[in-house]
Amino acid sequence: MSAIDDLFKQLETEGKKAFMPFITAGDPNIEFSGELLQSLDQAGCHLAELGIPYSDPIADGPVIQASYTRALNKKIKLESIFGMTTKIAPKLKMPIVSMVSYAIIYRQGMDNYLKNAIAAGISGAIVPDMPVDESAVFAKKCRALDFSLIQMITPTTSKERAVEIARQASGFIYYVSIAGITGERNALPPELIENLKWLKTQTDLPICVGFGISQPAHAVALREVADGMIVGSAIVRRIAAAEEDGKSNQAVIDDVASFAKEMLTAING
Amino acid sequence: MPTSFLKQPSPDAALPDSNGRFGEFGGRFVPETLVAALDQLEEEYLQAKQDPEFQSQLDLLLRDFVGRASPLYFAKRLTEKCGGAQIWFKREDLNHTGAHKINSTIGQALLTLRMGKTRVIAETGAGQHGVATATACAHFGLPCIVYMGEEDVRRQAPNVRSMRSMGAEIRPVTTGSRTLRDAVNEAMRDWMGSVKDTHYILGSVVGPHPFPMIVRDFQAVIGRETISQSQERFGRLPDAVVACVGGGSNAAGMFYPFVADTDVPLIGVEAGGFDNEPGHHASSLTYGKPGVLHGSFSYVLQDGDGQTDDVHSASAGLDYPGVGPEHSHWKKTERVEYRSCRDDEALDTFDLIAKTEGILPALESSHAIAKGMEVASERGKDEIVVVCLSGRGDKDADEIQRLRSEKGHH
Repeated sequence: MSAIDDLFKQLETEGKKAFMPFITAGDPNIEFSGELLQSLDQAGCHLAELGIPYSDPIADGPVIQASYTRALNKKIKLESIFGMTTKIAPKLKMPIVSMVSYAIIYRQGMDNYLKNAIAAGISGAIVPDMPVDESAVFAKKCRALDFSLIQMITPTTSKERAVEIARQASGFIYYVSIAGITGERNALPPELIENLKWLKTQTDLPICVGFGISQPAHAVALREVADGMIVGSAIVRRIAAAEEDGKSNQAVIDDVASFAKEMLTAING
Repeated sequence: MPTSFLKQPSPDAALPDSNGRFGEFGGRFVPETLVAALDQLEEEYLQAKQDPEFQSQLDLLLRDFVGRASPLYFAKRLTEKCGGAQIWFKREDLNHTGAHKINSTIGQALLTLRMGKTRVIAETGAGQHGVATATACAHFGLPCIVYMGEEDVRRQAPNVRSMRSMGAEIRPVTTGSRTLRDAVNEAMRDWMGSVKDTHYILGSVVGPHPFPMIVRDFQAVIGRETISQSQERFGRLPDAVVACVGGGSNAAGMFYPFVADTDVPLIGVEAGGFDNEPGHHASSLTYGKPGVLHGSFSYVLQDGDGQTDDVHSASAGLDYPGVGPEHSHWKKTERVEYRSCRDDEALDTFDLIAKTEGILPALESSHAIAKGMEVASERGKDEIVVVCLSGRGDKDADEIQRLRSEKGHH
């Protein structure tokens, strides 16, 4: 049982849904990321997705891309990201999952990445450029170490393939709400609820929805059919204000925490 | 040792395997959203390949619209100057639009129609692939959007004008290094959201399966023609074949038929930039390591964390931090030898070819010719070296002028 399995078990007993903020490690700097994680934890968030900056992220929209670029321009290294989580993770109630390109995992070596991530208090990985067909070896290694490998299902995934992905995944299923890149959208796609209802009948894993989720109204619409919601760009945009509008770090942290609370209220009342 | 046909086709001729791998290289490292489109493309392509009607439609366009077969030309004065083997050019620069790129864009535009898709996107570096895509789209009446790094929009202004004339929309890319690699990223991001009605006409033998296979197959007409022209002209195969490698499409198209059926020595030429420091060149095979970029596992230029290195080449078309996975396989199995050619050598070669042969070769092709001359000088007068002259250099004249004046050559 990984920390993520425990989390969803507990939420199920409490009749609650998960709220999962995404932040980019090292944007605007790694100390800030550490402070922000603690404040999101105190706000009651259930899990944090920590984006490992990557130079060529093809699934990401302009907001997250720009945050990766900001962090990389400051020469953020994997070592300092893991250094930060090693210190911060033990203080958090919420587990941390890394959102990381396979380009980075391959360069470290799969075993090495897993060893370092686990030692740094990270509970799982989402690898957006490693579809199920390429994931067998890594999935096996993750399973052996109780490290969750969260896989994505999208609106373009056939039903047959979705069932196969659900079988290979662990932790939870990341359901991508739209065919497209990350970024805030006003309206959710009309077929989303039906797709989630169907997927629920095919797997025992929790299903969390991401891409485009950015408003309390989205949370209200999804809380009946999803086990959790992931919000990235709406948070990263608020963080960007630290760099771009010269807002103080504390003001940004307060802003993000209050947005997180708003989303949490919309999800769980 | 004289070159010859293999007794039976090389096992490499059957690659990629069903997982899209050339040995260990290739595969499909893309977001789940794109997998269905790649499956559809693969299925449609494999059917088209077996469909005589598709093939004859393609052949007719290659003949009447592109102007194939392209000539095999004896560079007599250059040969005399080098004093070694005979140097022959495979004249892809004489194709419509002035480069080999159109061999693949015509094929992929036909596939677009076959799949019932109504919109085309493409990335471009030097602009040759963008022009070739805009041309194919204009021919078929397909709307076309070309992503091009802002830096390349500046370096390749004549090509930008041509694309616009043919109705393509140019979207300058301002992220990252503002060159080819970022243009690929932006095209992929567009495709993530438009995959239902849009085909992405990828320009090289890079990216996720099935692109490296499809682009190679459409470009293989270069190698097939070279083999039959060699037999016609020389009564035998050439003794060596040389082509430049950025992503590697003209080289893959030239080499693949030779790999499949012959033992002819093959030499790929990468962009050596200024020197071999990271960021100063674009020689992934020579100085890089296997890794993942743009959906495929192949040699890449990355730092220790897996972040893509900035790269440099005087030639926009070779200014790319990765290379097609089949080239990685050919390197690993030593079927192809890869060399690296510096900016200076390529610029000097451009001047030399202009003056001795009356041909302006593309800066990309100038890399191949520079090393072709080196290969020729290592060989005897009876031997034959064929160099793929992948494109014409009119587009480069301004940039060469600029580089020369920067260096104080004039």
